[in-house]
Amino acid sequence: MVMASATRTNRTNQATRTPRTPAPGRRPSSAASLWRSSVGKKAVMAVSGLVMLAYLVAHMLGNLKVFFGPDDINGYAHWLRTIGEPFLHHGWFLWLARLVLLAAVLAHGTAAYQLSRRDLRARPVKYAHRRQRATYATRTMRWGGVILGLFVVWHILDLTTLTVNPAAEEGHPYQNIVASFSTWYSGAVYCLAMLALGLHVRHGFWSAAQTLGVNNPRRDRALKLGANALALLLTAGFLSVPVAVMAGLVR
Amino acid sequence: MNLTLRIWRQQGPDTPGEMTEYRVSGISEDMSFLEMLDTLNEELILRGERPVAFDHDCREGICGACGMVINGQAHGPERTTTCQLHMRHFTDGDTVDVEPWRAGAFPVVRDLVVDRSALDRIIGSGGYVTAPTGSAPEAHATPVPKEAADLAFEHAECIGCGACVAACPNGSAMLFTAAKVVHLNVLPQGAPERASRVRNMVETMDAEGFGGCTNTGECATACPKGIPLSGIARLNREFLRS
Repeated sequence: MVMASATRTNRTNQATRTPRTPAPGRRPSSAASLWRSSVGKKAVMAVSGLVMLAYLVAHMLGNLKVFFGPDDINGYAHWLRTIGEPFLHHGWFLWLARLVLLAAVLAHGTAAYQLSRRDLRARPVKYAHRRQRATYATRTMRWGGVILGLFVVWHILDLTTLTVNPAAEEGHPYQNIVASFSTWYSGAVYCLAMLALGLHVRHGFWSAAQTLGVNNPRRDRALKLGANALALLLTAGFLSVPVAVMAGLVR
Repeated sequence: MNLTLRIWRQQGPDTPGEMTEYRVSGISEDMSFLEMLDTLNEELILRGERPVAFDHDCREGICGACGMVINGQAHGPERTTTCQLHMRHFTDGDTVDVEPWRAGAFPVVRDLVVDRSALDRIIGSGGYVTAPTGSAPEAHATPVPKEAADLAFEHAECIGCGACVAACPNGSAMLFTAAKVVHLNVLPQGAPERASRVRNMVETMDAEGFGGCTNTGECATACPKGIPLSGIARLNREFLRS
């Protein structure tokens, strides 16, 4: 009796059963699952890259103050330390910015390393017929990134901690900049790094738009143009300072 | 037309392979690349050698079975499938390198034949619409906006040949996965499983050992069906919104 009723219930269920669905809709989303997936990791790279890019634009514009004389840029450097006062203590804003940048660099570098490892593993046997692929900017993203990372270390030692700076006058960035770029090696390192930066931004900016899904066929051209313009302006802006020092325009 | 071919020969999945040189003569420029290989194989059989193994089926450019890397380009110098590539695109005396799709996720079975089941497993994890089967639904029951229909069709053209993976410097299956995800996710029929579809398919793609996208655009250049690179941006958007 019990068995019969059980069978009947099963039949009824079968008749009215909707097709088996593998749980439609959302699964719990979390930062961990984003980081685990290759697409999520790329998104982390895109966002951290854009944070650094925004900083670079501000940094480049600030650098141009060197052309208005020592007082202008030295005063600007001092003002940077007073941002947020009295809510923040002297120099706190700068440290907060450094913290955000450090986080961005670490996230960008870690994701790049892990993604590159995955990419190289995905083609264990190379093609015998090698062919030039993609643009120069695209092909140099990885080593260009490494070069930029090393440059940042040198740059901080040179003009932030002043460890390797010939003048090393704390609170006088104008004098330090002039002293640094008066040596041939510092100028050369800087110029090379800025060219690498231009290439990196050229592919990186458009790539970030693609990764974050904001690109579409209508915007593609504008985004590529924007990436080129941004790369060109950043490189030209940054390069203008060492070139001016080496040409004797800024003394 | 006479050609020198350097073809990847590999007995089985676990045996080492190498590029082997063959001379093929009397090639008509109207032959397809596969017919040229047939000519070579007939000669090899007559000589008592093992013919070159390669995948092929419809030979009409619509099934996605054939595929080999010719002179470093997936499906060769023309934007089409290997079966629709004609010998008139080569010149007498050329040396042509023929290799299988190279990807960790595509193990070589023999010679130019690779196992592309990894793509099937990506489809199996979400490249479908869960719907009651039975007679065809009434065509006007679910209205589809024209733009969505066009977009879906553009991406539905993917024949799953794997040229995108072969062309990508990272062996990435992003364009393939994008084609399948966009095709279904823009249609109302695919809407209920929109989020789980993209998450599951990306998860399977990663688990199969495909590389990631570095936006080089090689995939879309190689695709015989013209799946656009913007599909990958749409896939990324779908993934992030899920």
